[in-house]
Amino acid sequence: MRSIGRVVSSAWQALFGDAVRAFGVVSLILLMTLAIAPAKDHFSQWHSYQRKYLALIRDRGDAVSLRRHLEPGIHQIWMPELGVVDRCTTCHLGLKEASLSDVTQQPFRKHPVIPHSVDGFGCVICHGGQGPATTVAEAHHSERAGEEPILPMRYIESGCGQCHQNALPGTPQLNLGRTMLTRYGCVHCHTITRPDGSKIEATDHPPSLAHIADKTTREWIFSWLKDPLAYATSTTMPNFKLSDADASDISAYLMSSSTPHAGDTIASGTKPAAAADPAAGPSLYGESFCASCHTVQNAAGNLVGGDLGPELTRIGNKARPEWLAEWLQNPRVYDATTPMPHYRFTPQQTATLVDFLLAKSDSDYGSGVHLDAATPQQIAHGRKRIVELGCAACHEINGVQKPENFAPELSTIGSKPLAQIVFLPGMEHSLSSYIVAKIGQPRAFGASVKMPQFTLTASQTDALTTALLALTARSRSMPDDLRVPEVLETNYQPAGHAGKLITELACFSCHSFNGRGGDMAPDLTWEGSSVQRQWLTSFLHNPNTLRPSLIRRMPRFNLSDSDTTELTDYILTVYQSPAIDSDFVAPTTAPEAVEHGRQLFYSKYACQACHIVDTKTDKGYIGPTLTQVGSRLTPAWIYAWLKNPQALRPGVAEPNQNMSDEDARALTAFLMSQKAPGGRGAK
Amino acid sequence: MMTRSAAQIKIGVSAAVALLSFASLAGCRHSAPANTGLKPTAQGTALVESSGGHQVGATGTALKDPLVVQVNDDQGNAVPGALVEFHGPAGVGFDPTAVLSDSSGQATTSVALGTVSGRYQINAVTPGKNKPVSLAIEEAALDYQQRVGAILVDKYCSRCHDPESSPQRVSNYDNLEVKPHPFTDGNTLNKMSDADLTSIILHGGPALNRSALMPPYGNTLTATDVKALVAYTRAVSDPPYQPPGTIYARK
Repeated sequence: MRSIGRVVSSAWQALFGDAVRAFGVVSLILLMTLAIAPAKDHFSQWHSYQRKYLALIRDRGDAVSLRRHLEPGIHQIWMPELGVVDRCTTCHLGLKEASLSDVTQQPFRKHPVIPHSVDGFGCVICHGGQGPATTVAEAHHSERAGEEPILPMRYIESGCGQCHQNALPGTPQLNLGRTMLTRYGCVHCHTITRPDGSKIEATDHPPSLAHIADKTTREWIFSWLKDPLAYATSTTMPNFKLSDADASDISAYLMSSSTPHAGDTIASGTKPAAAADPAAGPSLYGESFCASCHTVQNAAGNLVGGDLGPELTRIGNKARPEWLAEWLQNPRVYDATTPMPHYRFTPQQTATLVDFLLAKSDSDYGSGVHLDAATPQQIAHGRKRIVELGCAACHEINGVQKPENFAPELSTIGSKPLAQIVFLPGMEHSLSSYIVAKIGQPRAFGASVKMPQFTLTASQTDALTTALLALTARSRSMPDDLRVPEVLETNYQPAGHAGKLITELACFSCHSFNGRGGDMAPDLTWEGSSVQRQWLTSFLHNPNTLRPSLIRRMPRFNLSDSDTTELTDYILTVYQSPAIDSDFVAPTTAPEAVEHGRQLFYSKYACQACHIVDTKTDKGYIGPTLTQVGSRLTPAWIYAWLKNPQALRPGVAEPNQNMSDEDARALTAFLMSQKAPGGRGAK
Repeated sequence: MMTRSAAQIKIGVSAAVALLSFASLAGCRHSAPANTGLKPTAQGTALVESSGGHQVGATGTALKDPLVVQVNDDQGNAVPGALVEFHGPAGVGFDPTAVLSDSSGQATTSVALGTVSGRYQINAVTPGKNKPVSLAIEEAALDYQQRVGAILVDKYCSRCHDPESSPQRVSNYDNLEVKPHPFTDGNTLNKMSDADLTSIILHGGPALNRSALMPPYGNTLTATDVKALVAYTRAVSDPPYQPPGTIYARK
């Protein structure tokens, strides 16, 4: 103790022994203290990056201008309305330098060209991470409470989706993900509201199970529940991983609760007429263009056909013949809201199709299933499982109410704090990997998780994750004028008897009118201005092909003459475009005017690149065939179309050629001279 | 001060470790297989690309189709159970990175490209009988602008410019008297300046004394669209496009 005291007192003597020495020492300490801040600054990570950047640009030809752009110190982009404080540009110094496009070394890379400027939006809105941080670890990898590491590039389109609620052409992944949220029925169980508070609705049309006993057997329901993919590889129905007992009891409840549907023709025991020619089936299936909506697995295992209706590969294993016959006769008897058209098949045609479809079966499918009659206890247990699993969130089931908010709401899932997430062992601690794992293996998160197993490809999972990550708190809190709203489908419904016909024929499944409907076939909002009466009547009677390269075509509906007239009148009266001049005077069809038009068609505008007028010489395969266009379209429409195709049908591929009025009139004269044989349809 | 320098030393050490491990990884490329836990039951002597090469994807995302290579023996017969490893430049991810060839001799992996746009050379390696056999496969990643170009090409251009037909999409290429240039045709397109390409898109073929079968898109596409189209063309051209730019003299 004494020796320590001696050392201290001698050190004190040595440092502060006299006033001058003490002053010097105190000054030194003061100077050192003052130097701490600048030294800290000097040795900071961002400072070293700025020095490295200077070294990088020193030898480049435009070093002078690059150096002029560089402001030393910490940079900050501050946008209070978006809650953005980004200091990323302190180290990412080359983001805006076009001449650095050859630099691949980070953090000095040039930002790829995007529609927004870095100054206008900052970085974290798209990339995630911690904007205010000034070290790499803090900015990129921080996962402390409530903080989220930087977003992997594969989900970058989620950034766009925060403001752009509409479908952008440049974000296919985000658009696919958003479609999947409604198409795969996620929103049946998980509520997702838009920033304006409205709910996102599902578009997948899960069938009602209220009359299921009319349609299929208990054995089929059992096999289906056990593994939906074994029946149809394209189904969106997930696998609930049910035990045999559960699947058996659920199928028992569904059969016992099923009631005969209104207008039931099955119970009356009407036997379908006998089919005649076995070869008639495939050709009727082809002629009716069933494959536009329904897919069938071919021998090579590939799915051929559309995805609007259910897959029909093994329909013979599922459908009762009586039900199928009734469904083909008029699907709306069984399901009033089905997207399937009422084809008006003759009983003979129906029988042919029933035979053809029932032959699509797999003798191995469900062959080992033998279910004993269920006891009341088993039926009650089936109902209990249906309630627990939330089957009624998607399907209408007698005796079970549709549950509200069955699964957690996902409206702000993109901002879920990491602290609230229970990660699986060994999992990367980030929101994106949590969502991917939850979609991929929901039951891995615990035996009590009810979410079923979906079978998605890696790119589908990425797309869905992207769409979910776009649902951030910022997307709801930002000022409304920064948001680009979603274009919602209208609830347009045509009126009267024609409106009923349009619903029955399910025109909306393929065509769009006034902002409602499908995109498989042309938008018909202005169809009345476009076509001639005689052509439309004969087309509705017997649709022919206008576009040779299309594989999905308009089916024939066996319409009666009065129905055809009714529809034609309605279309020609109601679907009129205000952009078409109703007083348009058709150009003269004098031979010289037609000849001038012909020359313009073939030489100046080279329309034959895409269209066919003369089937002997022209080969253009992209636009509609124009061989009989003079009997199909009105001259006013042709003229207006030539002047500006996009004005009549936004987004159409035919370019606007900025044609002069004279050229457009001459071409109209030439096209109007292309009449159907026999002069039919000429005005 | 002390803690900071300690931290810096720490960073230095971890950087050195990272560098070393990267170097050792790089060294691994053509040497003995890494410990993957896979037990090969056979060795092949040749690798053939089956599918999944020459894909064009987006930066940072997984390619649409898996990469499939086939392991063959000297006689060209498929070899099942042979180990195949996949290697690529930094930023490229494989799932899985090593796999045994299946009963038909094929090894499949899904490839995620890096975050820089451009071409990526990927190597599939199998140990072989005596020395490792390697197969180089090229994939390309597009940035946002190039991807917008790809979408526009799909809508407006490829029906004529792409000679490949599919049942869903019949090519118009063969129907045209004057054949359009496929956008991969670098030998022709690389010689044309950005201004020429822009002009032909805006004003049609006659603008450069070429065929009127190419219509003008200047009133249909925006200037941003046209820039995206040119960027896409440059990104997929074969041989690769070299931008003219200034060559800076090094000190």
